[in-house]
Amino acid sequence: MLKFSRIPVLIFSVAILLFPSIAQLVPAISHYTDILVFAGLYCLITIGLSLLMGYAGQISLGHAAFFGLGAYFSAVLTTRYGWNPWMVMVAGTLFTSIIAGAVGWPALKLKGHYLAMATLAFGIIVVIIFNEEIEITGGPDGLTRIPGLKIMGFAFNTVERYYYLVWVLVLAIFLFTANLIQSSIGRALRALHSSESAAMAMGVDAAKYKLLVFIYSAALASLAGSLYAHYLKFINPSTFNIFFGIKLLIMIALGGMHFLWGSIIGAIIISFLSYEWLQYFEELEILVYGGILLVFTVFAPGGLAAIPHMILEKVRTRK
Amino acid sequence: MEQITFAGQLFQYLITGLTIGSIYAMVAIGFNIIYDVTEIINFAQGEFVMLGGLIMVMLHVTVQIPLVIAFAGTVMVVTLIGVLVDRLAIRPIRQPSVLTLIIATIAVSFILRGIGMYFWGKDPYDLPAFSGRTPILFFGAVIQPQYLWIMGFLVTIVCGMNLFFEKTIIGKAMKACAINKDAAMLVGINVNLMILLSFAFSAAIGAVAGITITPIAFMEYDRGAILAVKGFAAVILGGLGSFTGAILGGLILGVIESFGAGLISSGYKDAFALIVLLGVLFFKPSGLFGNIEISKIKRF
Repeated sequence: MLKFSRIPVLIFSVAILLFPSIAQLVPAISHYTDILVFAGLYCLITIGLSLLMGYAGQISLGHAAFFGLGAYFSAVLTTRYGWNPWMVMVAGTLFTSIIAGAVGWPALKLKGHYLAMATLAFGIIVVIIFNEEIEITGGPDGLTRIPGLKIMGFAFNTVERYYYLVWVLVLAIFLFTANLIQSSIGRALRALHSSESAAMAMGVDAAKYKLLVFIYSAALASLAGSLYAHYLKFINPSTFNIFFGIKLLIMIALGGMHFLWGSIIGAIIISFLSYEWLQYFEELEILVYGGILLVFTVFAPGGLAAIPHMILEKVRTRK
Repeated sequence: MEQITFAGQLFQYLITGLTIGSIYAMVAIGFNIIYDVTEIINFAQGEFVMLGGLIMVMLHVTVQIPLVIAFAGTVMVVTLIGVLVDRLAIRPIRQPSVLTLIIATIAVSFILRGIGMYFWGKDPYDLPAFSGRTPILFFGAVIQPQYLWIMGFLVTIVCGMNLFFEKTIIGKAMKACAINKDAAMLVGINVNLMILLSFAFSAAIGAVAGITITPIAFMEYDRGAILAVKGFAAVILGGLGSFTGAILGGLILGVIESFGAGLISSGYKDAFALIVLLGVLFFKPSGLFGNIEISKIKRF
């Protein structure tokens, strides 16, 4: 179900890589680069999450918590113990993967709504821990003065530099995930999506593949969290609450969970909605998000990415 | 000042736990009614509770309508909202899968929360207790009269539901839908109407929970999510689909939470119920009274 063709990806990559230079010339959109850094971080999460939803047919509401675990892992170890940020980032991703495995292994053996509720509960518990373990996490005030990233003397200390760091990573992860889908793992996943019983009869270990996708998506969320912490240099628990977990779900439902690039479109649109367009209508924010989610679920379950296909289908049946 | 004994304190935790547990039980019953008929877990269940509390505050405190009339009015408004949820969000879905239905109810919960925030803002609201706030001293425990109201309403709801499902023709038709939807349709039961009624009933019960809890715990627009998760924890603890299980699950959960907050850590008060939820999901997903065979027949 997750398809991608080379030409649009190429065009998109060039557009993304050229954007900061164009934005610098136009003052009205110069701050879009900053918004797109966040959008890129969300893309890292939604790529994995759309794999989980589009393939394994599982909903996770807890990816905000994995995002938070990555962010706190990086923030705590680099500020309090002065560890190397890159090493911590890798260690944090591993740590989050283990946690995801422990949460996902039992929950994925159960039916559809259990993972949603289990991850929702997990997400709330994690935020409670962030708030309560004040000596480690700084409590509700969070942690400040998180160091920036640098590699061999080159510091990612401007918005543009960080933009390239994040988006090159997004494109790499995108291509890796797209290739993963074409591999034997991808075929097994596709078989699972069309019929779990048939796939299992052919010897596909459904629970194992679902778990692998879940862990992969959690690891990406953790990576995004670490990058978020080093970019903003400040984190607090409210960023990672269940509201954000559901916002991630909205990004995917809006973009379309059956197409990998749908998750990127969704992440970009929702980022602009929350950082730019809805800024002055704060009291309407939740209502707008709920409305988007409901309208797409009822009228366009495939999301924006599926709309060209829906139109083609209409045209074809009319002939 | 009378000395507070340790036994008295434990008794206090028990009473508080049973009170809050009654609320969880009401939320759990709401989950079960919709699940039994539709096999949907309604993620917006907590929003009915939130709306119940806030609409009651508006009618009783702001507009000054007498308690009983405001109570009935609130329940009716929230019931209507429940009906609208089914008609506008659940029924129009053309290809219902567990994924789309979960997302749809999450969307509804967001919309209702958004409405709550739009009308009432972010502040918590208080409601006068039904019969004052003079506490009753009983074996060293301080009991608010409102506690008795909450437990009383739980008993009333349970008895009412029992009578309804056992004695009335509509109740029996709903039970038939819960057992086998296709067979129910074949004998001429209007399944769509039964689904509508299940949303109406669980919204009404949610409203009662919201109205009765507001005088002891306030109410604000974003309380729904945590109440829904705890109510779901009660459902899972008792066994998905089990009526008795929902009540006992709710009460046990309330007591665990109360003792946990009192004896272990009050900061982690909200975490205890969720840890129980994860524990039951992982080790005994059928719950205390659930029947694993029945859950296998269900589609989702």
